[in-house]
Amino acid sequence: MADIYEAFLAAFRLILSFDRDLAEIILLSLKVSGIAVLLAALIGLPLGGAVALFRFPGRGALTILLNGLMGLPPVVVGLLVYLILSRAGPLGVLNLLFTPTAMIIAQCVLVTPIVAALSRQVIEDLWTDYEEQLRSLGVTPVRAIGTLIVDGRYSLLTAVLAGFGRAIAEVGAVMIVGGNIDHVTRVMTTAISLETMKGNLSIALGLGIILILLSLSINSAVYVIKDVSQRRLG
Amino acid sequence: MTRIPDPTINAVLPLELDNVSYDVGASRIIDGLSTVIGPGSRTIILGANGAGKSVMLRLCHGLIRPTAGAVRWHGADSGQAQRHQAMVFQRPVLLRRSAAANIAYALSLRGVRGAERRRRTAEALEWAGLTALAARPARVLSGGEQQRLALARTWALRPEVLFLDEPSASLDPAATHAIESAIAAIVTDGTKIIMTTHDLGQARRLADDILFLHDGQLIEHAAADTFFAGPQRPEAHAFLDGRLWINPATEN
Repeated sequence: MADIYEAFLAAFRLILSFDRDLAEIILLSLKVSGIAVLLAALIGLPLGGAVALFRFPGRGALTILLNGLMGLPPVVVGLLVYLILSRAGPLGVLNLLFTPTAMIIAQCVLVTPIVAALSRQVIEDLWTDYEEQLRSLGVTPVRAIGTLIVDGRYSLLTAVLAGFGRAIAEVGAVMIVGGNIDHVTRVMTTAISLETMKGNLSIALGLGIILILLSLSINSAVYVIKDVSQRRLG
Repeated sequence: MTRIPDPTINAVLPLELDNVSYDVGASRIIDGLSTVIGPGSRTIILGANGAGKSVMLRLCHGLIRPTAGAVRWHGADSGQAQRHQAMVFQRPVLLRRSAAANIAYALSLRGVRGAERRRRTAEALEWAGLTALAARPARVLSGGEQQRLALARTWALRPEVLFLDEPSASLDPAATHAIESAIAAIVTDGTKIIMTTHDLGQARRLADDILFLHDGQLIEHAAADTFFAGPQRPEAHAFLDGRLWINPATEN
């Protein structure tokens, strides 16, 4: 009980003090996960749409694969990206290991299947309602994917948010490819992990509370935006 | 008005259905249907629920392919048949955007761009009496307004042939009247109407030409006056009298 009380105090003090180091860590977390999710959405939404609309051999297998990859273990993704980016790996010449870019790549790999699998379901359901009308109007499949993404934007936003939740909360992948280097690749989750290992449980819990608050406020902001535009645009 | 298609030039009509059948699983929905639908104003496909009217319309429009037989357009531009047709569905599918944007979207799919698209969008909204609702999200319009918007969207495309699948089946009399007036206006512009209904009153009000379907088969194809004055077949008689006609074969 005292620990948790201590932790809240520590969190409170952390938020009030809001020193540069903390701000840096929060900003890097947001930047890495934000860009990773943006890229994952750019790849995952059209990919989900394509799997939903096109009929091709292996479509069922791809759907199962995407659904399965939603549960990719972050450490395994981290390890694979590590192997690819390490000096001896195929992309070793790019010197990306232990940089925020490597962390973005790893999280993007982690999140893209989530966005793709969830949006495939959303877009496929929409297509059953829209197919006859859109085909009657003479739509091409590629154009139809774009139309369905726009029309399913509220449900798809939830898919993207699910991806963001996964990215901002994971520690395994960013730890391996980022290395938790102070002022370079340290993010909220790796900092929490470090403070826990050092025995600074109250600071670790304080950081944890800030992370949860951060996640909650982003979700609330998106909810409000969604709600307002949904009422305006129907 | 520039939009009136020249009725003497048929880009795609006549439409021929050559021994068309359509199966879903083991059951035959359309059974060996052959007919020719030529230019001329309004062809109404009449029949009870489950007679295969909607399926026939979808076969004509190319939304589904026949299991057997062929659907052929015989006009000069029949290779581009799709561009000359449009369809209004029983339940209109409107995109989650403004009324005006729904019309603009359909035009953009036909390659209409820029100022021309804006002009034709505004024209279509005005034609349907929806100008005041142009910026309103299409999804919050009433059922009648949504169907008028769907009609305006097809009107903007200037099709030679317009298919309508029970367009007023779920509307009240006032909205139905508005839809029927809009259909009449589309006819005066020279567009061929092919429409399904199970509403006998509506068929009497609108039809020039009747295709009577029963149980997936085309029972009669006659001028409306002839058909309503005295149909040839007992199934059609029963339908006009409001009696239920159940095939002996399907009775048990």
